[in-house]
Amino acid sequence: MKNYVGRDIPDYLLINGKEVYQGKNYMDGKYIQKASPRTRRYEKPQESKIVETLADALRLCGAKSGMTFSFHHHLRDGDFVVNMVMKAAIEELGLDNLTIAATSLGAAHDPVAEYITEGKVVGIQTSGIRGKIGEVVSAGKLKTPAIVRSHGGRPRAIEGGEVHIDIAFVAAPTSDCVGNCRGIGGKSNCGSLGYAMTDAKYADHVVVVTDCLVDFPNMPASVEAIDVDAVVVVDSIGNPKKIASAAARISQNPRDLMMAENVAKVIAATPYFKEGFSFQTGVGGPSLAANLFLEKYMDERGIKMGWAIGGICGPMVEMLKKGKVGKVIDVQDFDLDAVNSINQTPNHFEMSASQYANPANKGAFVNKLDFVVLAALEIDTGFNVNVLTGSDGVLRGAPGGHPDTAAGSKCCIIVTPLIRGRMATVCEHVVTVTTPGDCVDVLVTDYGIAVNPLRPDLIECLDNAGIPHVSIESLKEKAYSLVGRPDDLQWEDKVVAILEARDGTILDVVRKIKPFTLE
Amino acid sequence: MIPRPKPERFRLRRTMIFMSAQKPGLIKDAYIYGVDSIMLDLEDAVAENQKDAARFSLYHALKTIDYGDTEVIVRINGLDTPHWQEDIRVCVAGGADGIRIAKCESAQDVKTVEAAVEAAEKEFGVEVGRTLLMAALESPKGILNAYEICAASDRMFGVAISGGDFRKCMQTKPTPDGIDMVVARGQMLIAARAAGVQCFDTVFTNLDDMAGYEAEVRQNKAMGFDGKSLINPKQIRLVHEIFAPTEKEILQAEKIVRAYREQSAAGVGVFTVDGKMIDIAFIPGAERTLKLARACGLWEGDLV
Repeated sequence: MKNYVGRDIPDYLLINGKEVYQGKNYMDGKYIQKASPRTRRYEKPQESKIVETLADALRLCGAKSGMTFSFHHHLRDGDFVVNMVMKAAIEELGLDNLTIAATSLGAAHDPVAEYITEGKVVGIQTSGIRGKIGEVVSAGKLKTPAIVRSHGGRPRAIEGGEVHIDIAFVAAPTSDCVGNCRGIGGKSNCGSLGYAMTDAKYADHVVVVTDCLVDFPNMPASVEAIDVDAVVVVDSIGNPKKIASAAARISQNPRDLMMAENVAKVIAATPYFKEGFSFQTGVGGPSLAANLFLEKYMDERGIKMGWAIGGICGPMVEMLKKGKVGKVIDVQDFDLDAVNSINQTPNHFEMSASQYANPANKGAFVNKLDFVVLAALEIDTGFNVNVLTGSDGVLRGAPGGHPDTAAGSKCCIIVTPLIRGRMATVCEHVVTVTTPGDCVDVLVTDYGIAVNPLRPDLIECLDNAGIPHVSIESLKEKAYSLVGRPDDLQWEDKVVAILEARDGTILDVVRKIKPFTLE
Repeated sequence: MIPRPKPERFRLRRTMIFMSAQKPGLIKDAYIYGVDSIMLDLEDAVAENQKDAARFSLYHALKTIDYGDTEVIVRINGLDTPHWQEDIRVCVAGGADGIRIAKCESAQDVKTVEAAVEAAEKEFGVEVGRTLLMAALESPKGILNAYEICAASDRMFGVAISGGDFRKCMQTKPTPDGIDMVVARGQMLIAARAAGVQCFDTVFTNLDDMAGYEAEVRQNKAMGFDGKSLINPKQIRLVHEIFAPTEKEILQAEKIVRAYREQSAAGVGVFTVDGKMIDIAFIPGAERTLKLARACGLWEGDLV
């Protein structure tokens, strides 16, 4: 069945009330029955919840074959915890038929690919899928289709019981002996633990894995002892060098700077750019550099930013400290400046992924967002964005908060170079729709700006400000004139991944790629 | 193949950015930054053993990339090298708008290049006279001969001083107030104006010193330069901002041109606008202000 963005969704996936994507806000006003976990009572006072090994913790939590384990990705490419846990479960306890429900998976988790190939891991649910895991899933090695959800879609699915977490693992830079966890104070600091919060509340069992045991009580705790079954102390939960970069530097690349300046120009031309406006940006070259130019316009108009959300890094913390932004609330910290600031700098707060972006709760931050600036691997003439699959059709990306912020914000700006190497970024049809075009408002490229025809109000704003813009079709033609029009990818029928829209409907599927052969 | 319109000898040239012809990633779309002219470099930015490779990438860039309204000039190697003749053949065959003669010291240098350009135009079936010329003055001798250089050919549209080499010859270093080059800049400007060609200032190489850069651009404007050579796209905007006429200047120019047309129709030669005496001598300046304002996107009238 074709959905709102023209993607053909196989009927066999539309069972148990699953629907295809019907456009944004389709689920508005409907009711959700929240799931509740079955948790163990710890009535008798305990001195400590520390157990010797991960295997002990798994046994304590009644780990069995067929279970779903959850993880969060604050340790990013430096994470050791997913691999340690899966190794203990599969190689020490001999479990199989396992499902991994992670907030993101990347190159750090390459060893999991082997478990997929061996059939020990049969399900993957994630907001990001990269590295070898992406390759084996694309090659059809995972027994069930991977389910890819946005950062807001994931807590929605957990709270609504679509994902039932048997054991949640919290990688904690610091914990006390009963499991009060914080993202700072140890040797693997990551700042916010926002993505772990919903998991801890909705999982049947919660295991904290830390490499820095601190005195009780570890306050203010991001994950609280009231939800934790066991604490495991290991030598190291991650490689600090890969957890957070020293400082996110603003790009000096003239192309990035030019695009960033145009992003700021567009923002300053809209009616939402006024005292107290709200903002989110990514850490990619032009997205991050937009901060710099935005600050200039804020100074010119004498206005301040009310609040900023997102993954946060140094430049935004800097603005907070200078008093240019009122509050910063984040689910994740990208560099040490941000890590060292959260809960330390006044008005720099932590929030859960649900509070950040869940479309089914009653007040996610994204819904109050004025502007979001996002990157894209591809964007098509329907303004649909792909941030998941490469031009070869292989899973190598992450929707993350992209679809959530795009849908929630008043003005969603995509900033991307027109071409990358020999690839056209602006194209006829994206390989996979990860953010639907009805949520995307403006495209800024190095070759020009295009506004979604669904937003005549923004077109008028740009015209009034004398900002030139062109049709997205002309940008696509320009891209193809430079690098040529690619042949269509060749797929097999088998669906290897299901891409859920943030509201739980099916936005797109990724099929197994046909091996390329020369005719 | 992208046919380019016949180059205009006199056009807006506020900014002229150097790009190594050896770097396809740079030259493939250098026009996106909104610069007036691109200077594709075959000279100093290209290593001695890569000259041929750079010519190939230059030729294919000229033949396949649509640079639109952006002027495309090529800096060729000096006349004391074995490269310049082949450089000229490539420029003409590819259809470059103009050629910058490096280390130009005399009218004869211009004529030598002109002859080679004409021969290449005939060789490749390009309209004779299409390819424009400009000269880079890089030595004291070049500065002393500025007028004869400027006036050496109808193809000449302008001269530029090259600060690095010139300062080396003069045994000076860049100074914050530009005193080290004030005489050379002045002499070149006078020569260019006397010969009726444009005049461009040298590059500012410290990309981190934006304050020093701004001071130099302001001085360039005050001295009467038409534009400036640049090394990085981030330098473009400031020149365009500083060289743009102010709102007050545009209004004043409009008034002067309007008043002149009315008064001269009524047979009056000298009159006053806002208490200032105006006669025909003020008109070219006012008209130039309006043309520049239009080019900068600041004025949409039809007086000029």
